[in-house]
Amino acid sequence: MDAGSFLSALTPLNIAFAFFGVVAGTVIGSIPGLTATMAVAVLVPITFSMEPASALILLGAIYTGAIYGGAYAAILLNTPGTPSAIATTFDGYPMAQRGEGDLAVALACFASVFGGLVGALALLFLAPPLSRVALAFGPVEYFWLAIFGLSLIASLSTGNLLKGLAGGAFGLILSTVGVAEISADIRLTFGSQTMIGGFGVVGALIGLYCIPVLIDLAATPDRHLSIETGVQSVRVGEAARVAMRSKFNLLRSSIIGTLVGILPGAGGSVAGLVAYSEARRSARPEQRFGEGEPDGIIATEAANNATVGGGFIPTLVLGIPGTPPDAVILGALLVQGVRTGPGLFQSGGGSIAYTFIYGLIIATLLMLPVGLLIGRYAYKSIVAIPKAMLVPSVGFMTLIGTFAIRNSVSDVIIMIGLGVFGWVVSRFGFAASPIVLGLILGPIAEQGFVQTWIIGSATENLPGMFFGRPISQAIVAFTLLSLMYPVFAARRRRRAGVDRGAGS
Amino acid sequence: MLKSKFFKGLMAAAIMSVAGSASAELNGSVSYIIPFGPGGESDISARLQQPFFKEKFGQDLIVSYQPGGGGAVGWASLNGLNGDGQTIMGVNLPHIIIKPAQKEVGFTTEGLNTFHMFHYTPDAIVVATDSPYQSLQDLIDDARDNPGKVTLSGSGKASANHLAQIKFDKMAEIRTTYVPFKGTGAAVTALLGNQVKAEWGYTTVGAQQGEAVRLLAVAMQERHPLFPEVPTFKELGFDMVGGAYRGIALPDSASDETTQMWSDMISEINADPAFRQKMLDGGFAMLDIDKAKMADFMQKLTDEYLGDAREAGLID
Repeated sequence: MDAGSFLSALTPLNIAFAFFGVVAGTVIGSIPGLTATMAVAVLVPITFSMEPASALILLGAIYTGAIYGGAYAAILLNTPGTPSAIATTFDGYPMAQRGEGDLAVALACFASVFGGLVGALALLFLAPPLSRVALAFGPVEYFWLAIFGLSLIASLSTGNLLKGLAGGAFGLILSTVGVAEISADIRLTFGSQTMIGGFGVVGALIGLYCIPVLIDLAATPDRHLSIETGVQSVRVGEAARVAMRSKFNLLRSSIIGTLVGILPGAGGSVAGLVAYSEARRSARPEQRFGEGEPDGIIATEAANNATVGGGFIPTLVLGIPGTPPDAVILGALLVQGVRTGPGLFQSGGGSIAYTFIYGLIIATLLMLPVGLLIGRYAYKSIVAIPKAMLVPSVGFMTLIGTFAIRNSVSDVIIMIGLGVFGWVVSRFGFAASPIVLGLILGPIAEQGFVQTWIIGSATENLPGMFFGRPISQAIVAFTLLSLMYPVFAARRRRRAGVDRGAGS
Repeated sequence: MLKSKFFKGLMAAAIMSVAGSASAELNGSVSYIIPFGPGGESDISARLQQPFFKEKFGQDLIVSYQPGGGGAVGWASLNGLNGDGQTIMGVNLPHIIIKPAQKEVGFTTEGLNTFHMFHYTPDAIVVATDSPYQSLQDLIDDARDNPGKVTLSGSGKASANHLAQIKFDKMAEIRTTYVPFKGTGAAVTALLGNQVKAEWGYTTVGAQQGEAVRLLAVAMQERHPLFPEVPTFKELGFDMVGGAYRGIALPDSASDETTQMWSDMISEINADPAFRQKMLDGGFAMLDIDKAKMADFMQKLTDEYLGDAREAGLID
């Protein structure tokens, strides 16, 4: 807002930090198992000797780069590099399989930059008022948000709803294994030490998404990704055109991402999934989501990068971290002696908050060239590597990545077990995504439910707690809409079919 | 150099105490595992130690997170790690006492080689600034008039916050409702969002939230320097002093010399006035329980925590 902060963000040193952060973040994020949280945590000590604003710029750049980098593995290997990229696999991998991986990577880059900018601008202009969103969400709102998220199973699994629901239920059960987050009970471990930490989301993602791909690659003679010779030179222009055509989707998904990012209990994975389902709900009849629809990638990637700016809103205004990487950054700020609060946004020229926000915007813009370059390189190398090399090296990476989450052999065993299980059930038409959805949303739903129940019982107003609050009612309405989706979609498809039939 | 001087002193001490045995020494950077996610009190206090460690001993202290099972995943793995002194792990009370008493969790309280307890976060009742509770008495009166209807958020069940709630309810002869949340951050969010009437938190909440919250009382012997206007529970007639205690452990394969070296190093950081000031500014309260004092300290708190938890029906 003030020129002083903007200029201090523009010093060569800060720009160099932003550039380095984006490159490092993108590479780290692209490796399944290495998450944005880990990348930020490792670099925190380096920032102790830096100016607070520069430190924040570096950490913010790594964070935003890592969220984008997660798309590479999602598109090229069907494995979300970070949990935020789960929904990127839905259409990204089918696109890559039919030889459009370069287009998908470029699209992901445009959408990420756009989403990142929307989130950062919200942080710049609207942080103090928007931070109230974080406080308006109580336990019951999180409960309904999780139920809404689970209702996406209905729209994700058109055709085999029962199998989708079974997968979701299985994921919910998996989420209860181990020491319960708020009741401290130890559940479903069957006396095994391996299970006490429960099923981690990142390990489960690697197992359920990546291992089946590796097994299939090893079991079939086909190429990993088909190559369309000739077209694959430069598709940046084409990607820009596609992104322009979907500008409404871009904007909507970015706003969803920003708002979900503000919620401390949600995060990039929920943001991506909600934006994906909204894009799908408002799709044109000829769009085939789940089969390589560019709008699916645009929605997810715009939303997950928007959570970066959104997540900083409660972090900087309320001292409540919006996402796990924000928690690390908040800790680093406390060590630096920076006190968060609305005051950060009121002080005049050269204030830390504004310098940081301009730095984040610069880092997001740098992501465009950096992302396109690294993306094209990643695509070319994945396509060019012979299968005999690709399978073992990716397999090795999944082991290292899973172990790195918390240096736990148990996680690796669970990951491989889930992977083989995922491959077997996929033979019978059960997809991985409903299981993962259950695993991610289960704890959010459970905690929200238990807390709402305790508060409702104490105040002797259970129905009012669950159904009486306006935000809850709105989420319930959206949930019902989402549940009806398969019915609407079938009717619309039928009508479209009739129209086409009449036209010919 | 500070480092070599320190080691010379240490070596002399080691030779004096354990004649003939080789003295311990750091050999490169140290991995400091926090068995929780980032951003909590354990993380922040470790981050505060980080620069002082580097400055005093010349080595990097690399903080990593191994969350799961409310800390159990980390502590169950600790004794399987290398005991050469290059890996340490944060430990928390009452967790390491209550958890093994509840169920088989893969570690025991005595099995952990805890060598230093360097601070604690005193229990405190926190309300939002616009709360009608101006004093602790207001809260007690409300709870007397409306038994069970005063809701307090806190971090986790059978945790320091929960035990404090149980203890205080008994002392004040009131009945309140405890609502467990995932970590202090979520408990504070619920407080600021008016989802609950008050929070069982720590003094650190007051330091982080500043003017957004008000502390009604703190569980310390004397008032916290950061909040000179907030009374202690003792002043108000409730004999409550305590909170969540945090320290560091080594794998049990670490030699006595290595353990002593670490105890001395953490003591040295704790003795640094600049470090103490930073901790106090963050709302923490200092504690200097080194290796020599550990056994008595643990015994006293084990009796206390297990007694409270048993009475509350949290353990058998």
